[in-house]
Amino acid sequence: MAASLQSANPTFSRTLASPSRSSFAPFRSPFVRFDTASASFNYKPLVSREASSAFVTRSAAEPQERKTFHGLCYVVGDNIDTDQIIPAEFLTLVPSNPEEYEKLGSYALIGLPAAYKERFVQPGETKTKYSIIIGGENFGCGSSREHAPVCLGAAGAKAVVAQSYARIFFRNSVATGEIYPLDSEVRVCDECKTGDVATVELREGDSILINHTTGKEYKLKPIGDAGPVIDAGGIFAYARKAGMIPSAAA
Amino acid sequence: MASSVISSSPFVCKSSKDLGLSSFPKSSQISVNRCQKKSISRKIVSVMAPQRSSSTTGSVKTGMTMTEKILAKASEKSQVVPGDNIWVNVDVLMTHDVCGPGAFGIFKREFGEKAKVWDPEKIVVIPDHYIFTTDKRANRNVDIMREHCREQNIKYFYDITDLGDFRANPDYKGVCHVALAQEGHCRPGEVLLGTDSHTCTAGAFGQFATGIGNTDAGFVLGTGKILLKVPPTMRFILDGEMPSYLQAKDLILQIIGEISVAGATYKTMEFSGTTIESLTMEERMTLCNMVVEAGGKNGVIPPDATTFNYVENRTSVPFEPVYSDGNASFVADYRFDVSKLEPVVAKPHSPDNRALARECKDVKIDRVYIGSCTGGKTEDFVAAAKLFHASGKKVKVPTFLVPATQKVWMDVYALPVPGSGGKTCAQIFEEAGCDTPTSPSCGACLGGPADTYARLNEPQVCVSTTNRNFPGRMGHKEGQIYLASPYTAAASALTGHVTDPREFLQ
Repeated sequence: MAASLQSANPTFSRTLASPSRSSFAPFRSPFVRFDTASASFNYKPLVSREASSAFVTRSAAEPQERKTFHGLCYVVGDNIDTDQIIPAEFLTLVPSNPEEYEKLGSYALIGLPAAYKERFVQPGETKTKYSIIIGGENFGCGSSREHAPVCLGAAGAKAVVAQSYARIFFRNSVATGEIYPLDSEVRVCDECKTGDVATVELREGDSILINHTTGKEYKLKPIGDAGPVIDAGGIFAYARKAGMIPSAAA
Repeated sequence: MASSVISSSPFVCKSSKDLGLSSFPKSSQISVNRCQKKSISRKIVSVMAPQRSSSTTGSVKTGMTMTEKILAKASEKSQVVPGDNIWVNVDVLMTHDVCGPGAFGIFKREFGEKAKVWDPEKIVVIPDHYIFTTDKRANRNVDIMREHCREQNIKYFYDITDLGDFRANPDYKGVCHVALAQEGHCRPGEVLLGTDSHTCTAGAFGQFATGIGNTDAGFVLGTGKILLKVPPTMRFILDGEMPSYLQAKDLILQIIGEISVAGATYKTMEFSGTTIESLTMEERMTLCNMVVEAGGKNGVIPPDATTFNYVENRTSVPFEPVYSDGNASFVADYRFDVSKLEPVVAKPHSPDNRALARECKDVKIDRVYIGSCTGGKTEDFVAAAKLFHASGKKVKVPTFLVPATQKVWMDVYALPVPGSGGKTCAQIFEEAGCDTPTSPSCGACLGGPADTYARLNEPQVCVSTTNRNFPGRMGHKEGQIYLASPYTAAASALTGHVTDPREFLQ
């Protein structure tokens, strides 16, 4: 009989995300403006929710029970480490600096070997046409550099669906709210191809990935303990909600 | 998340194929059976410990592992179990030139431009990653950190201003994880966080140490706390006398090859046993350093006289060591008879792509790199020098030496190498034809700006004492990196091929 590992005295419990906007200040950078008009990419974004012109991290933008990501898939394999996601030479870019944040996006996944014929971000551009990254095992292994989830988010990706994650990458994704990390139950990376059109629907309990190109649906694992932090909009928002730190400074 | 598997028998012997046992030959090259005293099982045995059930009444105290105890104390609880999400008080927060600006940027954004850090004496800022470069952004990042440290009155800022001569900078140290230890910031029982994945190195001191991102660091800067999930512990018991040609790097590569790059994800790796007890602090640091390469959350070694001696010589801050209870629960148990192990390498392109060094002797190499937090400490250089001296030969390929810190650099030039008749490492390196030891920093371990010393700018084959060999790690995407111990790296430099150090050490 497998015993539950929940503490007898949990410090928080998984709650349903409130559909109404919370009163806390959303976890966002006041500096960065996400301006769709200025980007030089020429694809039609397939997102079902338009990003507002003021930059807000995705997790805080719509703290609702149901969240949807829709767009093209970019498929990678196992053990995609942080050096492949963002090579170390680009780490001089400071993510909290708005200009350098954008630049980081242009280098997202540039470290992938030549075997990946299709580039995640086209040369000379800062945004990707792929909304959903499909990965294998141990996605994001290697360094603790937050530049990894940040560059993916800065490039415009919305979610990663991987078989499993390395813990620091997962944690950084949750803390920053830059990209939504989801676990698949099967090897989705073997069944999807770069360029497939897909939708990720997050629901309380049973989130799913729908590959419109193949017609297949995949169940995604519940987000687990990271849920409350993501729902709140990142670690700062969560801490404010929990009363650990005061409301955002005036 | 601890495994929920309960084995029906207390012993689960994995097949020798799973464990790679068949790669442990009863080699005739091992001329002396160093197995002593009690007969230690020759097999690696993996045991799935029965899962501890949480008490219904809460009144019965379950035994805790070292990590659980450290986290319980740091969260002011009497008891924690794996899976608990707790707010933990942080004793030391470390950051460097790459992540520091971002971490402080977030701190200011969230707590206000005029906010003050939670404790200016508990933050250690160590520029080390991209220092000796003309890259303007890299240089600017050190300047940014100087500004923050000045403004916040940070007590420990190991600054560098004169990039042309590292020795002209009295405060500059070098590689953060080695500097933390050398400057007395690592103490048993404490919680140490750093904006670098190899922060787990400090677990060698019997503390909880792990890497975090900028956002978490920004949070800690303001509050001195972090939200952590208590990890379950995997226990690795290493017994037997360490062969003279084997080093801690071989041990950890052995283990990572055993459990894979995700074998310890979200878990603690606790190392104990007679071999561990015989290791120096620097060797213990090498072991814990690569815990993250197995996906581990933290690594930990029970502190003992060796630990106390090292720590008490460097700090007068009191500390309280803790130890795993006899009835603590471990989610896995691995035993190794170290006397049977052989030098190993991790072949391209993964730290778990383990192979015996002697089975790679046909691999022609282009260069050797000795440096980094993993393999650039004083003892690492002394070991390489010992091997060079024992061989009496010159290197056949460019051999780059990057001492981790100023102290290491000075040791390389001052310490006599045992058995060499009083020669220093530097003298031996020069006689062997190695490159002159360079300015201490992280160097080319992670590639870095284009002008970084010893960066892999071409698709060459490199044997390195560093910690990762994923594609592009040291620069060029098609570079082939073989991770190895300092002995193996030195031996390989002498032959121009991947070489088992026993070629020169026996």
